[in-house]
Amino acid sequence: MAWNRKLLRVDLSKGTCKAEPLNMEWAQEYLGQRGLATKYFVEEVDPKVDPLAPENKLIMTTGPLTGTVASTGGRYSVVTKGALTGAIACSNSGGYFGAELKFSGWDMIIFEGKSPKPVYLSIEDDKVELRDASHLWGKTVFQTEEIIKSSHQDPQIRVSSIGRSGENGVLFACVVNDLHRAAGRSGVGTVMGSKNLKAVAVRGKSGSGGALKDAKGFMAATKAAKKVLADNAVTGQGLPKYGTQVLMNVINEMGALPTRNHRDVQFEDARKISGEAMHEKRPTDGKTHLVTNAACFGCTIACGRISRIDETHFSVVNKPQYWGASGGLEYEAAWALGAANGVGDLEALQYVNVLCNEDGFDPITFGATIAAAMELYDLGILTKEQIGLEAPFGSAQALVELAQMTAQGIGFGKELGMGSARLCAKYGRPELSMGVKKQEFPAYDSRGIQGMGLGYATSNRGACHLRAYTVASEVLGIPVKTDPLVTEGKADLVKAFQDATSVFDSAGVCAFTTFAWSLADLQPQLDTACEGDWTMEKLALLGERIWNMERLFNNAAGFTAKDDDLPPRLKTEAAKTGPAKGLVNGIDKMRPEYYKARGWTPEGVPTKETLDRLGL
Amino acid sequence: MKVIFKLYATLQDYLPAEAKRTNAQTLHLEEGTTVQQIIERFALPQKLCHLVLIDGHFVPPGERGTRVLEDGAILAIWPPVAGG
Ligand code: SF4
Repeated sequence: MAWNRKLLRVDLSKGTCKAEPLNMEWAQEYLGQRGLATKYFVEEVDPKVDPLAPENKLIMTTGPLTGTVASTGGRYSVVTKGALTGAIACSNSGGYFGAELKFSGWDMIIFEGKSPKPVYLSIEDDKVELRDASHLWGKTVFQTEEIIKSSHQDPQIRVSSIGRSGENGVLFACVVNDLHRAAGRSGVGTVMGSKNLKAVAVRGKSGSGGALKDAKGFMAATKAAKKVLADNAVTGQGLPKYGTQVLMNVINEMGALPTRNHRDVQFEDARKISGEAMHEKRPTDGKTHLVTNAACFGCTIACGRISRIDETHFSVVNKPQYWGASGGLEYEAAWALGAANGVGDLEALQYVNVLCNEDGFDPITFGATIAAAMELYDLGILTKEQIGLEAPFGSAQALVELAQMTAQGIGFGKELGMGSARLCAKYGRPELSMGVKKQEFPAYDSRGIQGMGLGYATSNRGACHLRAYTVASEVLGIPVKTDPLVTEGKADLVKAFQDATSVFDSAGVCAFTTFAWSLADLQPQLDTACEGDWTMEKLALLGERIWNMERLFNNAAGFTAKDDDLPPRLKTEAAKTGPAKGLVNGIDKMRPEYYKARGWTPEGVPTKETLDRLGL
Repeated sequence: MKVIFKLYATLQDYLPAEAKRTNAQTLHLEEGTTVQQIIERFALPQKLCHLVLIDGHFVPPGERGTRVLEDGAILAIWPPVAGG
């Protein structure tokens, strides 16, 4: 199957569910998942809408390769206007939910309105209904999945839900599926919570709807592409063995590991929280932290981490429910909960990571918000009385307690739930929030990796590493090595990454394939699966079209060139140590070069020629 | 002269047991020792020496044979790795 050619429209205000044919003309221009769902979204939603108003919509969407035999073909995305950012949001998740949605015969679900009471959507192929979720409200992600599976008497149901944080209005709540896979960023779970939608439970028994254009050719193309992944040292060996966490020591050595709210760029305890440390036997119980690697649906890379917390660790003493194996740590979470706050306690990080999965909040924004709070505490702006505990940089105790408060929506956890931008603004120091468009930076300091600064500043969903992962080129040499310390050439590099990633995100496959695949490896898979001619030229244009479509939405929502900027710390406070010592980020030099490369005016607005060229 | 030598990920198997917990060991070297000589001394497979950094700066493959280590330098090597 490529497209099922069918979408489900759920009006939560009226309680109705209706099937609609998928707009196949749009599918030819926007492919699927991120591209196609964003097209629906921008056509149907006023850019000025309040993200938490019933008029905002939320789309769960698959790509044409989701649920196929293509490697990593299990992805789905959640598209909405982000609660954290007020910008277009598209958060991508793996696991098994996306493939199951495809098997049930739907390509996407558009949620509109707001239910008068908590509900969940149950899908069993064409049998679709909104069910009462009063008994699920107040429950964690883990409990919700268990209750739904047991009440349906079907262990094979796949569940995507919010936790308590999404109900409590934490602005960076995620939508979590399969226990520890999340559409994590920008507060897409907060929007879901605002609609009183607790969960979506899917069972797909019909298998497939639409046919593949050339089934035999598709088998050959996916087989060849899998061989590329297997033969590549990164996707064939590095990622399965060490996961993304292998980067902790790399990025620290390069002086680009943001530490203590970006005051420093190297963390003295980086090794203690690294992928290598996860492989070591603990002195306390003789077991390794890492239990095994894991794969999402159809993935032949298997980068996922499954770990077990030390039962004697202070965070889980007398809490046997946390002693089993669970998802994590991945690099982003380990950095945000660890180095960003100066916390070098691996077990504490894993515990907090499990809380993030259990109650559905983004560990990147949460960790970075703790970092901001710790800096405010360090400066004497926040006191022990206000926070409810002492919160110096490096305190694992504070991290753990504040995570519990945030998950439960109590005490200072309510303030942390706003994210760092609103927290720092409230206490009179907005410049201490380390992010762009109110979304916090991920795990790379842009003084040591210059291109990432431009990628963060211009990302359509706020600061993000997954929109233009120039780390691949600037650090790892994929596809070619570029110098991380210079700004030259980064405008074109960022644009190329942004456009190519837009295509991968619209296809139904995982971004991590791009460590081995280029568009030339994806193209034959799409061309044999999807009707129409999917040439390289068409795909290149598609990526650029999606990027510009998102930009137009943000511009209409009120964002301007001023929002494509970095916090003053990264522009004026030079890195203190490492290769980037003495450097700040050169965003003001790169931005105009980037606008030019994009065919935008100096104000960051796509010109008429650009829009005409892209058919927008 | 002294150089700190670090090996990570699968390359850490080439470190002596006592150095594995830190991924690092101190080498006492003669003046003029090159990066390539260290790679050979530890019998590191060339194709696994992907990311070679001196004090955090990348050393391209073509310069390893001529790049001389200086006193106090940190030499760190990774196999092909990536993350996100
Ligand atoms: S590479 Fe990792 S995140 Fe991507 S699909 Fe595979 S297991 Fe999931």
